[in-house]
Amino acid sequence: MMETLAGFGRSVLVILEEAGSAAILLYRSMRGGAYLLRRPALYADQAFQIGVQSLPLVLVVSVFTGAVSSWQAAYQFRGIISMDFLGAAVSAALFIELSPVLTGLVVAGRVGASIAAELGTMRVTEQIDALETLAIDPVHYLAAPRITAGWTMLPVLLVFSSLLAHLGAFAVANTMLGVSADTFFSSVQKYFSMRNVVSGLIKALVFGGGTALIGCSIGFRTMGGAVGVGEATIRAFVYSSAFILIADYILSIFLF
Amino acid sequence: MIEIKRIKKSFGGKPVLKGISLDIPEKKATVLIGRSGCGKTVLLRILIGLLRPDEGQVLVDGEDMAGLSRKALFRARRKFGMLFQSAALFDSMTVGENISLALREHTDLSKTEIAEKVREKLDLVGLEGVEDRMPSELSGGMKKRVGLARALIMDPRYVLYDEPTTGLDPETADAINELIGGTGRRLGITSVVVTHDLVSARRIGDRFAMISEGHIVFDGTPEGFQACQKPAVRRFINGSGLDLEERI
Ligand SMILES: Nc1ncnc2c1ncn2[C@@H]1O[C@H](COP(=O)(O)OP(=O)(O)OP(=O)(O)O)[C@@H](O)[C@H]1O
Ligand SMILES: [Mg+2]
Repeated sequence: MMETLAGFGRSVLVILEEAGSAAILLYRSMRGGAYLLRRPALYADQAFQIGVQSLPLVLVVSVFTGAVSSWQAAYQFRGIISMDFLGAAVSAALFIELSPVLTGLVVAGRVGASIAAELGTMRVTEQIDALETLAIDPVHYLAAPRITAGWTMLPVLLVFSSLLAHLGAFAVANTMLGVSADTFFSSVQKYFSMRNVVSGLIKALVFGGGTALIGCSIGFRTMGGAVGVGEATIRAFVYSSAFILIADYILSIFLF
Repeated sequence: MIEIKRIKKSFGGKPVLKGISLDIPEKKATVLIGRSGCGKTVLLRILIGLLRPDEGQVLVDGEDMAGLSRKALFRARRKFGMLFQSAALFDSMTVGENISLALREHTDLSKTEIAEKVREKLDLVGLEGVEDRMPSELSGGMKKRVGLARALIMDPRYVLYDEPTTGLDPETADAINELIGGTGRRLGITSVVVTHDLVSARRIGDRFAMISEGHIVFDGTPEGFQACQKPAVRRFINGSGLDLEERI
């Protein structure tokens, strides 16, 4: 019993420590904002890696998310609700919840982990120390562009994701459930709410910024050679996924 | 002027430096020697503010490196160049980009001026035409020399060298020793050179300081070092590593 409690206490301390380091890093990287404005190429580089290179995976995941949600919604509607509402129901779920969270998780797996691996490797091979000796602040040079690219690119990805997810949902509704294009899209349109879209974008912004921040924070504090880098990579994925799910819950309460 | 005052540093309760005091004279090369693991690299890292000492101060031109704000620390570091024991090249950048990074960050020089300076520094370390190679394509000795060019690119007043010649063939090592000792002195650079190679140390140094068991056990001229009768110094010179005298 005591051991369980002690173990629980330790995990709480670890999480608090992670959160504290991340908060300090966020503060310092925001102070590096002016620096980043003078170095747009650093941002562009990261925006490309986070945005463009995540796009294929995000698109595939989105199409199937849309397809599944259409199929599942139809199963639950059958005999209770008219299929005329299918488009509206699926669309709202995609905008508010499914697209932001799944895009976020895809990016957590791809980007959060790769940021931690890259910066972790730079840490254990003394490259980050080398930057410091050249009087270049690693927080400005490495973290600020990644975090900024994270929170700016995820909303962009979300736009693509939402579009593709709608197409996936429509494809299933049309070919397998016999809902016509007209019925489906007029239902989407009729119940379309800008508020849902904006909420989704706000979520994406928080998820993207948080994922990149966690990746940077864990990467910077990596220790212990290749093994340490491997552990940092896994930790970045686990923490950013957990962050996304918890933040999703908190944001949902505030936004709706 | 760098003044090291009563520096103490432990890792996880294990003391490494137990009260190091040392003045680094201007425009000279100070060689820091000592056995592997005695804390030479730790001391260099403390000098440039990569590590904070547990106690004591490092005064660089009168400023305590450990007491500076983050911003002031980065400003103070512009006076420094450092060559890492592992070279620590940025592996995502070409050799040219590695060397020119500080110029691109801190100056408004044009592309051609930067390329010219990079070529000049590469020439200084005996390399040419490697600007477009990636660090992974270089030999260990070449990496060291690129690291050296990178450390010198801003023409710093203070240069810290961590094992500049390990992994180099004798001929290249000689050229690098000449670069650190001779050229350094001509240009008025203040150098701190860590090595456990006495041959290099004699070629470079105006002054020797030896660390043993967390303390400075010798501080003086190369000749004085040679003549010093302290057991730790004798053992180091004779390279025995065995504690004969103390056992008897
Ligand atoms: N970040 C660190 N964490 C824990 N221990 C450390 C750390 N850095 C150095 N040490 C310890 O401090 C001691 C001195 O290390 P240091 O790297 O300064 O040795 P050195 O004199 O440079 O040796 P070498 O000639 O082999 O490079 C070693 O025992 C090392 O294990
Ligand atoms: Mg060392």
